[in-house]
Parts: sequence; structure tokens; C-alpha cells
Amino acid sequence: MKLKLRIWRQKNAQSQGRFETYTAENVNPHMSFLEMLDVVNEDLLGKGIDPIAFDHDCREGICGACSLMINGEAHGPGRGVTACQLHMRVFKEGDEITVEPWRARPFPVVRDLVVDRSSFDRIIQAGGYISASTGGVPDANAIPIGKPFADKAMDAAACIGCGACVAACPNASAMLFVAAKVSHLALLPQGRIEAKPRVSAMIQSMDNEGFGNCTNHFECEAACPKEINADFIARMNREYLQTKICPEVS
Amino acid sequence: MAVTGLMMFGFILGHLAGNLLIYAGPDTFNAYAKKLQSLGEFLWVARCILLTALLFHVLSAIQLTFENRKARPIGYRRYDPEVTTYAARTMMLSGIILTAFIVYHLLHFTFRLTHPEVSNLHDARGNHHVYAMVVQSFRQWPVAVAYIAAMVPLCLHLSHGISSAFQSLGLQNNRLLPVFKNAARGIALLIFVGYASIPAACLSGLIQYTAGRTP
Ligand code: HEM
Ligand code: FES
Repeated sequence: MKLKLRIWRQKNAQSQGRFETYTAENVNPHMSFLEMLDVVNEDLLGKGIDPIAFDHDCREGICGACSLMINGEAHGPGRGVTACQLHMRVFKEGDEITVEPWRARPFPVVRDLVVDRSSFDRIIQAGGYISASTGGVPDANAIPIGKPFADKAMDAAACIGCGACVAACPNASAMLFVAAKVSHLALLPQGRIEAKPRVSAMIQSMDNEGFGNCTNHFECEAACPKEINADFIARMNREYLQTKICPEVS
Repeated sequence: MAVTGLMMFGFILGHLAGNLLIYAGPDTFNAYAKKLQSLGEFLWVARCILLTALLFHVLSAIQLTFENRKARPIGYRRYDPEVTTYAARTMMLSGIILTAFIVYHLLHFTFRLTHPEVSNLHDARGNHHVYAMVVQSFRQWPVAVAYIAAMVPLCLHLSHGISSAFQSLGLQNNRLLPVFKNAARGIALLIFVGYASIPAACLSGLIQYTAGRTP
């Protein structure tokens, strides 16, 4: 396949970026989107042009590093896939593909398609953990947990923190990410103890980072490579309101 | 946003129920209007609550819009949303049109400034002839058309707003969500049909006012 790529190039955080057009020749339909970019980069290096910078690590859809806005969709077309798991067979000969970095004020561009997502780390630092005193490893089944709760907590814990929810949201809101992180802990007895201070602190941190507000478009859910349900946002809103109304009762 | 929106939604339902009494004829309708007026202080309390709700709703809408714009200073060259609706994306636009409509509507029927010639009649019992005011206003097609047209943004606003409010308040889960979404659309459509039917009925002559009573 031969494809036309329109890619955002930006030297560093300070410089002004612009779109550049490249042609990708001999694209194999079995390649992943990132492998296609690797091939384009080989070609650019040969021509003495700086390769396109993009984030990646596991390339198997579990780390959350890859972060590309492909043809106006976070992680490109298709439900439940990361850019690294997106295969070139979804495109066809002669397609034009626009590739942009995630766009949000709390995700500043570092270079080309790479953005700085440390705002997510700071939200986690604000409360996305449980305080455990050190000691022996607790017995695996010492605390019984109902299957529905364990399942639901696992659904939320599937979040890989890639930021597609923010990228896809018309308001650049991080509600789905924060809701998943709040919920996977709050649904389990170990995390329940700190649930109230956690939800307040994490939402406060999210607002301080400058993410937008949720107006319930549900684009986050559609873009999420782990198909996390926006139901968790309602859950978090409920927990937040309860915390505001009666902070003591758990 | 959600609380004030739902308060106004409650009003919209009550107001519709009252307005539909127009189909019961002039006597019932005028008596209903008189009853409302006779509430005195309560009427003012309700008006103040609604006005405050509207004010907070609009102020938070403005704040929301500015914050959301600020959260994405550089937009995408290509952005293809997958699931959001026209109604959800135009909440601010439908809200602005509604504000304009509310102002006109109050000038028309509450302050009776826009059509004084038909607005100050009295019926045989000496009550304010609200029925005559409504029917004769809507005999003028630009007025009727404006009212019907204004119900379109109301319908759109509520079709997203009602279920959105339940999501914002956390009163929803993945089983209820589709129910709320469809119910919100259904209710919004019913509200549109209910409200728009009144000017339509007056314009088409289905509801008529034959003068004969002296002003
Ligand atoms: C007829 C009166 C109105 C009613 C019944 C109404 C109802 C609602 C409801 C129920 C919501 C959902 C709240 C939430 O999700 O938290 C909402 C949201 C909203 N309203 Fe209104 N509203 C009215 C007038 C207005 C006006 C006059 C404006 C603006 C000038 C406005 C702008 C907005 C905006 C921007 C939103 C948030 C957008 C979103 O949730 O996607 N509304 N409204
Ligand atoms: S590179 Fe790890 S999820 Fe895509």
C-alpha cells in the first residue's frame, strides 16, 4: 500500500509546530500503525531528516504509552484498540492519514507527537493509592470480596492511563481516567477506607491541572482502548456529592 | 448546572400542564390564570426561585464554556467525534436562543408589552381574559411561528439535558443510562408537541376566540 501522511512536527515545547506531508511506500497491511511509522522514520533518516518522535513502549496494548490522534480519533478508527494494536489493514491504498498529538492544556507537546502526561501522575499522587503499613504479605483471601465488586473493580483497573479519554473529549476532560482510578480502589474493602478523602483530592488535583469539565458527550468511553464504561463517571460523581454532603459517613 | 436545570425542567412540565388547559375552553383557562395570580406571595417566591435557578444555570454555563475552551488551546486539524449528539454539542447555542425566547415571552404575556391591543381584555366574570390574549396573539402568524420555532431548541436542550443531569448527579449506571437517554428524548419530544400544539391550534383555527364580550 502507498499512503499519504500528514503529521504534526514540532521541534520542542517552545517552538511552533506545523503539519508536514510524507508518503509511506510499501506499507504491509499486517503492520501495526507504529511499525508503519518506524518504516517511514527509516526512510526519513536515510534522507537526513529528523525522524518523527512518538511515544511507545510495550506495543501490545498494555502500557498506555502510545498516544496518537489518527484521522480525528484517539488511537484511530475501531473500538478497544491502542495505536500500537491498530493494524494497517483498516486503511486502503491511497488513503490520507492525519496524525496529531493529544491536544489538551495539561498535556503539553514535548516534541512532534509526544506529549507530557505527568499531570496524570500528579492526579494519582493526590490520592490514587491505598496507605498500607509495611509488614508481612497479607493472606490472599483474608478479606472476602463479592464477585460483582471484584469484577467491577477489575473493569475500572483496566485503565492504562493513556489519555485517550482526554484527547477524544470535546472539552478535554479527564473524568473517565479519574473515575476509573477512583473506582477501582473504592470498590474494594482495602480502598474503601480512604475513599472519601481520595475522591476529593483527586478531583481537586484534576481541576488544578486545568482539564475541562464533563458535559456527558461519552466520547471518552468510545475512544477508550480498554472500553471503560462512563458509568464510572456517574459513580465518581455520586461518591463526590456524598463526600461533600457528609464527609464523615462512609 | 444539573440541579438548576432539573428545577427548570420541573417548571417546564408544570407550565405545560397548565397551558394545556387552554383546550378546556376560556372559562377554565381564565379561572386557572386567576388562581395563579391569587397565590400572591407564593407566586413571587416561585418566580424568585426560578429566576435564581436560571441565573445560576446561565452563569455556570458561561463558566463551563470558558473553562472547556481553555482546556484545549490548540484544536485538532481533524476531529471526528463518534457518539456525541447534535443536541449535546449545541447546548450553549440552544441555551442562548432559550434566553432570548424567555425575555420575549415575559414581555409578551407577563408584562403584556408586545401586544397591548389583545392583552388587557376581561371576560364576563371580570377576570383577565388570558384566553383571548393567547388566542389572538397566535392568530398573527409571525408570533405563532416564533413560538413554535423556539420550542425546537428547548426540545434539543432537554433531550440532552435531562439524562445529562442524572449522569452529573451520579443517579445513573450502565443499565439505567440507555433508559434515561431514551426517556429524555421521548419527554423532550412530548414537551415540544405539547407546547407547539397551542400556537399551531390557534393559527389553524382549531382553537378560536369569538369576541362579543366587552373589554
Ligand atoms: C428553559 C430553561 C432551561 C432548562 C429547562 C434547562 C435544562 C438543562 C438541564 C437539565 C441541563 C443538564 C445539566 C447537567 O448535565 O448537569 C442543562 C445543561 C446546560 N444548559 Fe440548560 N436549561 C435551560 C436554559 C438554559 C439557558 C438559558 C442556557 C444558556 C444561556 C443554558 C445552557 C446550558 C448549558 C451550557 C448546559 C451544559 C451543557 C451540557 O451538559 O452538555 N440552559 N440545561
Ligand atoms: S505502546 Fe504500550 S499500549 Fe501502545
